[in-house]
Amino acid sequence: MQKLFTKHFGQIEYEEERVITFPAGLPGFPDTRQFLLLMGSTPNDLFYWLQCIDDGDLAFTLIDVYQVLPDYNPLVEQEEIQELGNLDGAPLEIYNITVIPEEIKQMRVNLRAPIVINPITRRGKQVIVSNDEYNVRHYIFEEIEKANAKTDE
Amino acid sequence: MLALTRKKSESIMIGDNVEVIILSIQGEQVKLGIIAPKSVSIHRKEIFEQIQSENKEASSNINITALKDLKGTPHS
Repeated sequence: MQKLFTKHFGQIEYEEERVITFPAGLPGFPDTRQFLLLMGSTPNDLFYWLQCIDDGDLAFTLIDVYQVLPDYNPLVEQEEIQELGNLDGAPLEIYNITVIPEEIKQMRVNLRAPIVINPITRRGKQVIVSNDEYNVRHYIFEEIEKANAKTDE
Repeated sequence: MLALTRKKSESIMIGDNVEVIILSIQGEQVKLGIIAPKSVSIHRKEIFEQIQSENKEASSNINITALKDLKGTPHS
């Protein structure tokens, strides 16, 4: 077990094999390459966190956007994600970085540049998709509430 | 920075396999055609800058406690 002190989650322990490598870093953070995917306490949570290992202060909130927008359909060229390695049969995981401001209703999701993770090779990349209709800032609060209301029915 | 003067329908090569062609020039607007392998990703600079700045916003706006008020999110 490795230990890491983080700003948002205190001290966490992780196994080396859980580490996800982003060979190119993330836009705006080119030098941080090693991350952990943290989950909430209940299964099928909407939110996850991408915790940086190189810098314990750095983390991103991720959303499993398909739970809210089931028709989300990002288009990515295979060549664009070649560096994730061995794509045959690997079910790629897709998450979207979310800004969670104090005023929660202003939360927004980057639909234009999802995080794509190959769970087999444990490599990830933030990819710019070719769908022009997807915005870098997509305000999603109301859609989350609608999706929650549906599950309650 | 290298500055090259090109006319309409002329092009430049970047490396061996990226070609940038001047398709048309109208006033202040230049239309570029780009021929490159699919592995080369091409984006307007603005979109890349937006993503950079949005990532910075996301990393400084985590507010885990604010999420707890949302139904279906962790209450740990």
